[in-house]
Amino acid sequence: MTLSIALQHRFGDFALQAAFEAPPGVTALFGRSGSGKSTVVNAVAGLLRPDQGRIALGGRVLFDSDARVNLPPHRRRMGYVFQDARLFRHLNVRQNLSYGRWFAGTAGDAGDLGRIADLLGIGALLDRRPGTLSGGERQRVAIGRAILSRPQMLLMDEPLAALDEPRKAEILPYLERLRDELSLPILYVSHSVAEVARLATSIVLLEAGRVVTAGPATQVMADPAMAPVMGLREAGALISARVVAHEADGLTRLDSAGGPLWLPRLGARPGDRLRLRILAQDVMLATARPDGISALNILSTVVEDIRLGDGPGALVRLRLGDEALLARITRRSVEALGLQPGKAVFAVLKSVFVAQDSVGADAGAAPT
Amino acid sequence: MALSLRVSFWATLLSLPLGVFVAYALARWQFWGKHLLNGLVHLPLILPPVVTGYLLLLTFGRKGLVGQFLDDWFGIVLAFRWTGAVLAAAVMAFPLMVRAIRLAIEAVDPKLEEAASTLGAPRLWVFATVTLPLILPGIVAGAILAFAKAMGEFGATITFVSNIPGQTQTLPSAIYAFLQVPGGDGQAFRLVVVAIVVAMAALLLAEWVSRAIAKRISGR
Repeated sequence: MTLSIALQHRFGDFALQAAFEAPPGVTALFGRSGSGKSTVVNAVAGLLRPDQGRIALGGRVLFDSDARVNLPPHRRRMGYVFQDARLFRHLNVRQNLSYGRWFAGTAGDAGDLGRIADLLGIGALLDRRPGTLSGGERQRVAIGRAILSRPQMLLMDEPLAALDEPRKAEILPYLERLRDELSLPILYVSHSVAEVARLATSIVLLEAGRVVTAGPATQVMADPAMAPVMGLREAGALISARVVAHEADGLTRLDSAGGPLWLPRLGARPGDRLRLRILAQDVMLATARPDGISALNILSTVVEDIRLGDGPGALVRLRLGDEALLARITRRSVEALGLQPGKAVFAVLKSVFVAQDSVGADAGAAPT
Repeated sequence: MALSLRVSFWATLLSLPLGVFVAYALARWQFWGKHLLNGLVHLPLILPPVVTGYLLLLTFGRKGLVGQFLDDWFGIVLAFRWTGAVLAAAVMAFPLMVRAIRLAIEAVDPKLEEAASTLGAPRLWVFATVTLPLILPGIVAGAILAFAKAMGEFGATITFVSNIPGQTQTLPSAIYAFLQVPGGDGQAFRLVVVAIVVAMAALLLAEWVSRAIAKRISGR
């Protein structure tokens, strides 16, 4: 089911004019604060009525200013997870989880509640009051409550933004499980590149109320033009790799389009496909295969595009099969190495992150 | 005495639903004439009670616009009956009740109601399952205030329904009547003590109920 959005909305000085499609999977709505992300999500949920536009999920029209259609929130069937969990404090966890089920016509279906509670690791909290839960627990209950209302789509507005790092790390694996185990499309608002890299299948980049780019996550993340928007430190491409074998010295060998990679032993099984995130600033380039170097991971690639910045830096996109890698180097190096599109180079990777992992193991930096 | 309790009880109970509705409208809705409604609700608080009573007599008296209609169609007569005392007490207590409930509604985060609506709850359900439980302490406080005010109502009542022993003679009217006759001080004093005891008991009960409810909805 695809969500199609075309919106125009104005309040004060801010003008939102956004049109994009969110295909099945996790679509990350990414942008700085004030770029209009929450406005878009609230319009989809029906909590905000846009000046003009059309919103449809699959064949179902939720809002159409021309046809004068504007479904109220309770008839849109959008599960909304807010930044501040917004649990009902006069109800206990079980009653909070059941709240939406009264209206979804599944009140008697207790097995569902148990399954979702297990999936989110909140089975032991069912008789507690929201006031006694930690921030992370509260957010997991809020996610469960949204799912149990049997929505046709999940909306998540920075569900991790109010939490500290350990709490985020606590919830991220659950979100990955949701993505993989429930075939529920998710619109995920975030301004954290790391979260987006880990969860998103497609990305919509929003800046000052306009869509700058939209597309599959691997493509958007590897677009040098997008790096300044994401922040140069955070810019980095996503590539896929297949686990080949766990080797005797504790390293795991993976195959990528640019050659083999070795990472400290991963939880994944041979044959699993992983998504790796390689930060642009962690990539060095060499015109010949370097010799006598401690780095293990050297991929052979072809320069595809060079984007010079205003300062001394440059971003180089490298082709890796049908994927791409992003390297941040200096303009001086671009000249010294004579880099230009079509030239074959070797990319030396200083570190590799496992961004998505089919078995749900924790993501972490893997020094190589 | 029993009459006073009965009048106050019905005045509070009957005006409660309307009080919650008006308080909700004033707290949450934007509509034309909102200030007018707000002024109208508060009028009995500011007007001399005698004026309110006289206005009630004009509208709800036998010859009054509404009074005549009620008499002709339903055979209901309010003026100079205990039911009229209920109406007078309710009108006088209404502003206090609305103020207390409105404050409670304004303290409820509308974001919670939004969350409920995204979970599929129609508006009335949101009100019944989220707003209402959260404002319960405010409603109790408003009801107790209204009850206390109704118990003490004098000016509007005596103007509208007079001071007929056994019919419309409420506690304050009775005290007033005793004070008008020589040697009635003793009986008046007995009633004063009763009034104090009833008022104190109501306050303590209100405090206790409010606390119990607040504890239940605090989420701990």
